[in-house]
Amino acid sequence: MAAEKAEMDALKKECDGLRAQIEAARKAVNDSSMSGAAGGVASVGRVQLKLRKTLKGHLAKIYAMHWSADSRQMVSASQDGKLLIWDTFTGNKLVAVPLKSAWVMSVAFAPSGNLVASGGLDNMCTVYNIKAASPKTLRELDAHTGYLSCCRFLSDSEILTASGDTTCCLWDLETGKQKIIFTNHIGDCMSLALSGDMNTFISGACDSLAKLWDLREGTCKQTFSGHTSDINAISFFPSGNAVITGSDDCSCKMYDLRSDQEVIGYQDTSLNAGVTSLALSNSGRLIFAGYDDFNCHIWDSLKGEKVGVLSGHDNRVSCTGVPEDGMGVCTGSWDSFLKLWN
Amino acid sequence: MPVINVEDLTEKDKAQMEVSQLRNEVKLERWLTSKCCEEIKDYIQAGVEEDILVKGIPEEKNPFKEKGGCVVC
Repeated sequence: MAAEKAEMDALKKECDGLRAQIEAARKAVNDSSMSGAAGGVASVGRVQLKLRKTLKGHLAKIYAMHWSADSRQMVSASQDGKLLIWDTFTGNKLVAVPLKSAWVMSVAFAPSGNLVASGGLDNMCTVYNIKAASPKTLRELDAHTGYLSCCRFLSDSEILTASGDTTCCLWDLETGKQKIIFTNHIGDCMSLALSGDMNTFISGACDSLAKLWDLREGTCKQTFSGHTSDINAISFFPSGNAVITGSDDCSCKMYDLRSDQEVIGYQDTSLNAGVTSLALSNSGRLIFAGYDDFNCHIWDSLKGEKVGVLSGHDNRVSCTGVPEDGMGVCTGSWDSFLKLWN
Repeated sequence: MPVINVEDLTEKDKAQMEVSQLRNEVKLERWLTSKCCEEIKDYIQAGVEEDILVKGIPEEKNPFKEKGGCVVC
């Protein structure tokens, strides 16, 4: 027993020592914050986007949405037990996918537009072919021991999932089997985002950490701390060199990958609601963050100031997304509606 | 690929995993934040003029605008 304890103490001491070294290394390169670089940049002024469409059709809370790569179709998931695929230009519903389990938490569109995936409290990720005459279940990916919080396709043959069991997983859709399991978080994984080159991905978890992973090696490359509560939302900055996170601690943060630290935070004393979702405009200048206070607040990513708000939902904004062409922003809410703004 | 069930990991396993991870992370080469922030700012400046959500879009080019109204033939 004493030997066990001595071993644990030694490990803990080594951890503390290594963490101190890492903090010192970060401090040593921290010669300037974002305010230094952003000082000379002109203000964006007040960003006032108009509500262009309200998409009605779901009968219960919307938990997730994802744009198609064509920037026109979009899929939404609701606990009414349905996925709806929308033509956002006309507002029409194109396809309705009935779910076996209504407790859905995540949805994804494959880049090809042929497949969608969803999952939630059933601990599974189900992949559907939506190009068939009627939506057909292609695969049920069943190995996580906790809820499915997020999923993203790499292609029609690979998908990445994040789970409440604290792991993320890369699946082979041809075999339906796990290829790589990413283990390192010590809290439920809540969100993930793929890098543009698909060599890496980032995850945010209830351990308040964001982690950068090598997709092929299966290893965690970097860990970002600072949040004081669950990270619910995560996204790459469009250049791929930074990561934006949104948390239950009511703040968003930008972590730079190459200096391995936070370079700017986005918080406001008047904002006392957790961040549920986030999306960036194409240049990276604007951050659209959905909050529990029923609004989507708009932040100037360079100056760290709140520059606008998308108001109109009657309940929590649960999901936010900007299409690839950057033409607008979609918000989805527990009020059962999706709204399109630009 | 062995399935690691996180619930089966002992406290010692978790501590070992953490030490292993930190040993890797401590080796990372870190860039100056001034250079990194400058690059982020430059990236944004290069794209902001074409950023619809910052600059706006003329009504007739807006794919999301509400259709309807009268058409004079």
